[in-house]
Amino acid sequence: MKAFAELYAALDETTKTNEKVEALTRYFSRVPPADAAWAATFLIGRRPKRLLESRKLAQWAIAESGIPEWLFAECYHAVGDFAETIALLLPPAQSSSNLPLHYWIEERLLPLREADDEARRISLVSAWREMDERQRFAWNKIITGEFRVGVSQSLVVRAVAAVSGLDAAVVSHRLMGDWQPTAAFWTQLVAPAARDAVVSRPYPFFLAYPLEGAIEELGDIREWQVEWKWDGIRAQVIHRNWRTFVWSRGEELMTDRFPELEALGAQLPDGVVVDGEVLPWRNGQPLPFAQMQRRIGRKVLSPRILSEVPVVIVAYDLLELAGEDIRERPLEFRRARLEEIAPPDSALIVSSVVRAHNWQELTVRRQEARTRKVEGFMLKRLGSPYRVGRRRGDWWKWKIEPYSVDAVLIYAQPGHGRRASLFTDYTFGLWDGNELVPFAKAYSGLTDEEIRQVDAFVRANTIEKFGPVRRVQPELVFELAFEGIQRSPRHRSGIAVRFPRMARWRTDKKAEEADTLDTIRALLPPAASATG
Amino acid sequence: MDSLLQLAENGLYCAAGDFYVDPWRPVDRAVVTHAHSDHACPGSQAYLTARPGEALLRARVGGEAAIQPLDYGASVALNGIRVSLHPAGHILGSAQVRIESGSEVWVVSGDYKLEPDPTCAAFEPVACDTFVTESTFGLPIYRWPPQAEVFAEIRNWWAANQQAGKASVLFAYSLGKAQRVLAGLQANGYAAAGPIYTHGAVENFCRLYREAGIALAPTTHAGAAPAATDWSRALILAPPSANGTLWMRRFAPLSTGFVSGWMRIRGARRRRSLDRGFVLSDHADWSGILSAIRTAGASRVWVTHGYRAPVVEWLGQQGIEARAVEARFDGEQDETGVEPAGAEP
Repeated sequence: MKAFAELYAALDETTKTNEKVEALTRYFSRVPPADAAWAATFLIGRRPKRLLESRKLAQWAIAESGIPEWLFAECYHAVGDFAETIALLLPPAQSSSNLPLHYWIEERLLPLREADDEARRISLVSAWREMDERQRFAWNKIITGEFRVGVSQSLVVRAVAAVSGLDAAVVSHRLMGDWQPTAAFWTQLVAPAARDAVVSRPYPFFLAYPLEGAIEELGDIREWQVEWKWDGIRAQVIHRNWRTFVWSRGEELMTDRFPELEALGAQLPDGVVVDGEVLPWRNGQPLPFAQMQRRIGRKVLSPRILSEVPVVIVAYDLLELAGEDIRERPLEFRRARLEEIAPPDSALIVSSVVRAHNWQELTVRRQEARTRKVEGFMLKRLGSPYRVGRRRGDWWKWKIEPYSVDAVLIYAQPGHGRRASLFTDYTFGLWDGNELVPFAKAYSGLTDEEIRQVDAFVRANTIEKFGPVRRVQPELVFELAFEGIQRSPRHRSGIAVRFPRMARWRTDKKAEEADTLDTIRALLPPAASATG
Repeated sequence: MDSLLQLAENGLYCAAGDFYVDPWRPVDRAVVTHAHSDHACPGSQAYLTARPGEALLRARVGGEAAIQPLDYGASVALNGIRVSLHPAGHILGSAQVRIESGSEVWVVSGDYKLEPDPTCAAFEPVACDTFVTESTFGLPIYRWPPQAEVFAEIRNWWAANQQAGKASVLFAYSLGKAQRVLAGLQANGYAAAGPIYTHGAVENFCRLYREAGIALAPTTHAGAAPAATDWSRALILAPPSANGTLWMRRFAPLSTGFVSGWMRIRGARRRRSLDRGFVLSDHADWSGILSAIRTAGASRVWVTHGYRAPVVEWLGQQGIEARAVEARFDGEQDETGVEPAGAEP
């Protein structure tokens, strides 16, 4: 636990990726394989199923700290981080643990699955007593599952590559799929390159950057393949050894959620990996994304929901054919093979290619995006390989301009983590007659300096407090940008928007000059299509 | 009924003695607990302050100001009200104000800490009926680590930066904290590890401390250093407001650290994009505040400057009559745990 707590502190103390990679590399090369495997697991955001309820954890910490519950709550508001609050409040440490991370996970944490609450409490309090403050903090992060320390999967990959001498792409691939954090797994992970045969393993996704600069700068349009950019769940469908797996980009195994795609697997040749977008689909076009969310939220899929919200995969690319990794082959080769293997009348629809003679024509066609329910275009350079991660150059996304509206700040509440105890989470309203009706929440888009100014405004202009939420004088106007808009009976405004964020602080506008609900209602699609 | 002290428009006011304690606007008579800008406002007709803090107060309120110094423990009568000053342990010359009228005794703590500090006289408990306490760090998450550990951490960070060829820019409040750090480095034998430079604001107060006979590690004013100076082994002490300014550029490549009680919370460090936080405060932590209240033996407590609400609530539950008293510089901010903009760590 010592080395792991030190690693956590080192990662937390720098924002520079090189220093993070160095800290990871140092850690991986000095700890036993089982520790490295667990650390990698947490750092890339996987975790054992959460065992302990926050409420119980808070009770035990409160009892151990000897303070009343209201004071714990005050402290939590000041710290903004649950795991840290507990670590700061526990009685001063009397010892420090030299036991390795895997001991703490395997011998102390996982057995709590079988334990009752009292046994859990005793074990946890004892763990706290055995650790120093830093260790308690790292441990609390593990048991609460809030393990964010600014380390992306790609940093872990770089560190593992440095430790093993392997190519980052190989490490990245080996880290995908369904693996258990064991010493054996780690040993395999850092073993010299060999043919990797894990049947469920997807490939790292190739992701595009937004187009920078003018479209004409991409050169001759004949060197590019243009597709619509669909708004669904990016996924890979894998069919190997007569088994089918569906992985999301978030590396979640989603096979169970999509029986349609599992059935599709049986129609595909063996040894195939298809990259695409899972979309709710009917009559040759996508259903609103909210329909998909209805379906994703369910543990058990009823025949009714399956028939109401059927899904397909709109296929972009073919990464493996006859068991062979073909990611290095040119785009047009992969596309042709994809078209060949696509079963007719199936849940696989090859993403159509948009033809245009020049960029100008394409720019005009981009106006179709909203009616087609897509986000814009994907531009892919002919001849390009399927790369790993987000890269510039070969793939670009060219999204349509977002919607925007001028809204008034009406509620604010403090953020978390880095933004704890600053008012950073805002609710915005639009005019409906003489009343401001809340219509969207937004957290992002302001500079640190602007956040400080808004924070000061909130403090000086609070009208009412509800717990951490402040109602403020309706004075500040912001331009909010968002992607999609739908009717929603769950919202008071009757409207739900997708990805709202602050595009600009309209210091030039008074609250009275903000937009009305009617302005935004005019952006809604016709009523019939919204119900799907 | 008339309380001996009351919160008036210009601050804490004693009507019977016709004087203010740490007024936030110019008044006729100001008793000043210490020379930090949120306690010492320029422009008053007359000031009373503890003798070791006279020069610091003069630097703050101007050379022409009428300042009457008073030895710790000595008393003066203001309209028949007996006023004396007692060490608060916050910075050089900081004082608690004891106010006596008839059989009633009040003590206004100003800012204080209970930990030892080689740059100022140690906090002295003063018995009273009503204790007016600050509460900057009035939550139990604030618990100060042993100072020797903190100085060792600063030394290790400095050494690691030297090895990496980076300048170590250490932010500390220019009056009080910076000098405490210099004295601490000296006392722990770390001062010779490399050259120590200062920002102009820090250097001015260092001079006043040295003139008062306080032993500080030797420093050089960074502004006076030649352009070609190699900063890679240096420790540079600067006020937090220098962070992110052009002045910093000359030191690159560099690592930044901040010495403050606020650094107990990761979020407070990360919001400022600092590399390291060192937990060393000139204020009392939670247990320090409670212990000061206990030893004062007061039956009534006024809580100001900081996390007033939780401290008041806590004292109430312990059966002590407590109330929150507003202070100019924290407004309502403290209740949600934001460091007041002008707070002196």
